[in-house]
Amino acid sequence: MNFQYYKEGSNFKMVKKFFKNFFSKFKFNPFARKSHVKLGLYGPPNGGKSTLANRVCVDWLGEEMSSVSHIAHETREIKIKEQVNIRNKKGKELTFSLVDTPGIATRIDYEDFLKRGMKKKEAKARAKEATKGVIDSIKWLDNMDSVVVVLDATKDPYSQVNITIMGNLQARDIPVLIAANKVDLKRANMDVIKAAFPQYEVVGISAKYGKNLEEFYEELFKVAR
Amino acid sequence: MVTFQFIPYTEVESLSSAKRVNKLLNIVKENKIVIMEGRLKKEEEADLIEITMEEISSKFKGIELSVVYPNKNKQDLGQKIRGTFANILLGDRQGMTIIGPASVVKKIEQNPDKIELFTNDNGNGNKRKARKRRR
Repeated sequence: MNFQYYKEGSNFKMVKKFFKNFFSKFKFNPFARKSHVKLGLYGPPNGGKSTLANRVCVDWLGEEMSSVSHIAHETREIKIKEQVNIRNKKGKELTFSLVDTPGIATRIDYEDFLKRGMKKKEAKARAKEATKGVIDSIKWLDNMDSVVVVLDATKDPYSQVNITIMGNLQARDIPVLIAANKVDLKRANMDVIKAAFPQYEVVGISAKYGKNLEEFYEELFKVAR
Repeated sequence: MVTFQFIPYTEVESLSSAKRVNKLLNIVKENKIVIMEGRLKKEEEADLIEITMEEISSKFKGIELSVVYPNKNKQDLGQKIRGTFANILLGDRQGMTIIGPASVVKKIEQNPDKIELFTNDNGNGNKRKARKRRR
């Protein structure tokens, strides 16, 4: 253990180094950050989870991670982007694995895809994959360290799917940030979402056009652990 | 015709989570709308969705689910205290759970203290056939 002659302003660093060395004898480092934080994007289908995942990856990694579509259930399997490193204005860094999940729904009908112009065989295959995707999303809840729930700000937030997702996250003591997406649209109403889930922080964003992403990234620092 | 089946909480109280969820889902798969006294645990709701997805087929498209529970945000302090005692005594017996087959129920809207249940065209999931008018 070396005690260095300290200059003014380095008291804290010296004390930290002392305890770090002390605890290292017992193979315990209370100053260590959790090295593998999993941040999941959850929500109903077509809320913009994959669009947001792509926006985060393009902003910080220079590449997209998911395909997007106006047809629901485009994401039908769990997709992970590891070592996403973001920085805020104060220079603080956060590293996490970003997990894009299939939208959770209680009903899936291949005929809905037919109405969107898909052929029958393709629509049935999509429906089958979508059901597996929902099952995986629910199973992966246990693996998440923090979750961003992406809701379409133009739709009614009082759906039972949203309430069930929030309830399960609360029951697992997982920190939650709500991203009210599509605020670029006229019908968007953030106040309804804030009133529906007053216990959580709500950030209004447009993942498609990159609106208000700075505030979103700042809030991520508070929620990701 | 739409069939509602009322399930008192005593019928599911002693069942395990898996049996409870399966019991409710089996009734829904008979094209009936379940109205259950009380509510499922959040984990059981997630299990219900998971098992529903496993059961989806050409005949069973899924469910619509809605849980009615007192809105704590609109209660004054006295109501919240009484509500807390009621919660301790009654637990999951409070509130009401509605589960309908997707073939019968188009959607259930909760807003947040009233429930509106919209059924498909003629209530049994069959599409209404177009009729030609004779002139």
